[in-house]
Amino acid sequence: MMMFRILVIMVVLLLPPVSAYAVEPDEILPDPVLEARARDISKKLRCVVCQNQDIDSSNAGVARDLRLMVRERLIEGDNDKEVLDFIRARYGDFVLLNPPFQPKTAVLWLTPAAFAVVVLLAGAIILVRHRSKPCADVLSAEEEAEVREFVKAQQAGNRT
Amino acid sequence: MARLLASLPFFIALFLGIFFLWGLNPDRDPNEIPSVLIAQPVPEFQLEAIEGLSVPGLARSDLVNASQPIVVNVFASWCVPCRAEHRVLTDLVEREGIRLFGINYKDQPADAVRWLSELGNPYERIGSDLTGRAGIEWGISGVPETFIVGETGTVLYRYVGPIIGDEAVRKIGTVLKQAGAFASE
Amino acid sequence: MVPEMGHFALALALALALVQSVLPLIGVAKKNLLWMGSTRATSVGQLLFVALAFASLMWSFVVSDFTVLNVAENSHSLKPLLFKVAGTWGSHEGSLLLWVLILAVFGASVSLFGSNIPEAVMARTLSVQAWISVGFLSFLLLTSNPFERVFPPPSDGRDLNPLLQDVGLAMHPPLLYFGYVGFSIVFSFAVAALLEGRIDAAWARWVRPWTLAAWMSLTAGIALGSWWAYYELGWGGWWFWDPVENVSFMPWLLGTALLHSAIVTEKRDAFKSWTILLAILTFSLSLLGTFIVRSGLLTSVHAFAVDPERGLYILMLLGISICGSLALYAWRAPMMEGGGLFKPISRESGLMLNNLILAAATGSVLVGTLYPLFLEAVTGEKVSVGPPFFNITFVPIMLPLVFIMGIGPFLSWKRSDFKGVLQRLKFVAVLTVLATLAAWYFISGGPVLGYVSIFFSVWLFLATVREWALRIRLFELPMATALRRAKGLPRAAHGMTLAHVGLSIAMFGFIGSSIWKSEEIAFVEPGSVVSIAGFEVTFNGVERVRGPNYFAERGSLSVKKDGKLVTTLFPERRNYPVAQSSTTESAIRSTLAGDLYASISEPSSKKARESGQWTLRILYEPLVNLIWVGSLILFLGGGVSLSDRRLRVGAPRPAVKDAQAVPAE
Repeated sequence: MMMFRILVIMVVLLLPPVSAYAVEPDEILPDPVLEARARDISKKLRCVVCQNQDIDSSNAGVARDLRLMVRERLIEGDNDKEVLDFIRARYGDFVLLNPPFQPKTAVLWLTPAAFAVVVLLAGAIILVRHRSKPCADVLSAEEEAEVREFVKAQQAGNRT
Repeated sequence: MARLLASLPFFIALFLGIFFLWGLNPDRDPNEIPSVLIAQPVPEFQLEAIEGLSVPGLARSDLVNASQPIVVNVFASWCVPCRAEHRVLTDLVEREGIRLFGINYKDQPADAVRWLSELGNPYERIGSDLTGRAGIEWGISGVPETFIVGETGTVLYRYVGPIIGDEAVRKIGTVLKQAGAFASE
Repeated sequence: MVPEMGHFALALALALALVQSVLPLIGVAKKNLLWMGSTRATSVGQLLFVALAFASLMWSFVVSDFTVLNVAENSHSLKPLLFKVAGTWGSHEGSLLLWVLILAVFGASVSLFGSNIPEAVMARTLSVQAWISVGFLSFLLLTSNPFERVFPPPSDGRDLNPLLQDVGLAMHPPLLYFGYVGFSIVFSFAVAALLEGRIDAAWARWVRPWTLAAWMSLTAGIALGSWWAYYELGWGGWWFWDPVENVSFMPWLLGTALLHSAIVTEKRDAFKSWTILLAILTFSLSLLGTFIVRSGLLTSVHAFAVDPERGLYILMLLGISICGSLALYAWRAPMMEGGGLFKPISRESGLMLNNLILAAATGSVLVGTLYPLFLEAVTGEKVSVGPPFFNITFVPIMLPLVFIMGIGPFLSWKRSDFKGVLQRLKFVAVLTVLATLAAWYFISGGPVLGYVSIFFSVWLFLATVREWALRIRLFELPMATALRRAKGLPRAAHGMTLAHVGLSIAMFGFIGSSIWKSEEIAFVEPGSVVSIAGFEVTFNGVERVRGPNYFAERGSLSVKKDGKLVTTLFPERRNYPVAQSSTTESAIRSTLAGDLYASISEPSSKKARESGQWTLRILYEPLVNLIWVGSLILFLGGGVSLSDRRLRVGAPRPAVKDAQAVPAE
């Protein structure tokens, strides 16, 4: 256990600090459209040596390499999906920050939709149920009279 | 009906609790990324030899149709844990007769030469990956990483991190044995 | 000596908690007032002892007592005093001690200031609170002792992670924990009500101030954390849907639902099951957060040291409290009679939708956060669920709620005249559409979602203001009269208006800074000029400076607009030798219109480095400060509600004098 801790510390110390914006000027492509696509794609790729960051914002070495790779592919003419697939082929689905819609992630994507549907249904059911229940809108004539008497008596009581 | 609905939160919580229990398994590393390469053929790559070193370079063709399974180790002279691992690897080569190839990752050739002459060179072949591009093909996230490649050129196993400490050595030993990487097999 | 004192104090606190968890309940069963009343002594006693323990740990940090392991691992003699103090709660053990302290604060506060709460309810509630204390105190003492000694002591500490050496972040945990743990008392009230088998309007009234206090604190804690991330981490982002952020956000979402659901219980004696469930779930999510951060379950920038053993203990605590309370709920809740009826168009139905939508949003965030774990357990595969997922699912669920928030305050209880409501909102609707079209015309380059979001934010703002204006009849009566009406309104009404307005303002900030952000990155040398958002930024060079425990390269940037010097910015790149890490300190020029955000770093490219160039990054974030302004107003809204006199007045007891004056029926 101790050994493992030392290892973790050693590996962590080797990692550059993760607290800075990362894209370097020498990575920026001259074509602004391609560059915008590169930035966009980079935000969808996970930095595999970081804790929960994308490669666009990490200054880890691997992140920079991947950013350059993305730009290389874009220059070669790949479309966005092909670039993502290229990286995915080498690092697995884990590298995609936006989980693809596949059988194994179906539950993930469908659950919020299911929640939305449940909300609408539940809301509708409850409201319909309440609509059918009788809800006295106005007081009857006798009830009105009773209220008037009560109010008069209260006012009389207060004056004494 | 009300009873059923009211019990729902309880069962959901129970359900989640069981997953958390599973998640606490100490062997589980939440940062570990499974390699896409396992059970796949070795990726396409071609690396020159390190300048100043007599050992030849490394390419895909060297890993397909080998005489025995090969251990491919990704290392660098600037990588501190690699130093410690070096001892273990040299041991495995000398005592167990494994075949060891290396990928020198984003390292200046002069630094690599110096490092190897200081520590010794157990590698039969070393590819110089100056840009880290080959590393991406192998899907590595840092150094050191070690792969075991079968005779037919299929990646059998990946180990992330330095192979140091009894547990790690034992683990890799078992896998090597199963793969038939030891010369004595 | 002092640490041992602290350790002993903790043990004493545990003893008191054990007593408090049993005695009052027996007292209720036997109708023994003395035993029920014991909670006053035991809860205050607990607070005193835990405070003593906390003070001992803090003292050890302040004097840099490196014989205490916790201090040695997290502090350093050169650290500024503020951060030495903050180091008290900067580690797993210390933050747990803070947890327990706040638990004790809330327990004691309820017993001291809850004079309007009947004895039996108080007794049950504080007993439940004590169960939680027992759980956490024993966890502390058995597995996470902050007072553990180390021998031989190191000559100096390992220093606190430099990223954390910041005022904003130092205050973030206490605020956050005050919120998280504050919901514990609401949980205790809820469980106590379930034990009693009864919940009524009075219960909702007693619970309200504590819910508000916890909610306010959580709002502030999250906003502060977000603000810190924004100015410290260097890329101008303020929310990353990181698992640990999510686990602080979920209790906030449900806590908000709870606040609103409790109103219905108080005013209409309805939504009882909902309110109790929300009270239980809000705290359960807090507990879940505590668990996830400390157990090594998920990967996150925020996670404390990984230790599955401790994780198991917390999981057991979680299991008992959450499953236990939910089981109790399943058993008892159906018995609680639902209250008033209401029509489809009424304030109740609006709040019902509020509950449902917030629950759905929370559910989505929960699924997204836990899914990687779930999938790995079932199939062994790993996936990432990152910001894209959350943005796609969370935003569409919440936007309809924003729309409803605009209408809700116009609705009356039980049944509402929908046509009348629409009539009153006609003007607002027209203005909103016009504003959105204007935005579309004048501000270019945004995605459709940007303008849609603007529509909803403007709607919320205008509708809320309109409702307030109508209520005090602002444009019908002379100003003075209207203002007098405003003064006469219950504080809670003002609180609502403030809170909803605060949210709409924050939304403008969310939208501006995420969608219309612009950025420039360049290699610079002294004399280089970069243009961004109408500003001309000149790089003047870098100088070496020295701080208390760091060295830094400080860049100097002159910012000009229309040729006039607006400000000079000094971004830094700091190196902390002891902790062996570096941080980027960005320089920010803030105005309400937006932030100019600059940072420098050494280029990766050797060529650039050798020619003495630096990488300069400048962001322009429009309206970003509205996020903090809006959050502050949201917070204040809660405060104004909290100060409502009616919350301090208990269930009315008929005075003898009045009874005589009323003629017999």
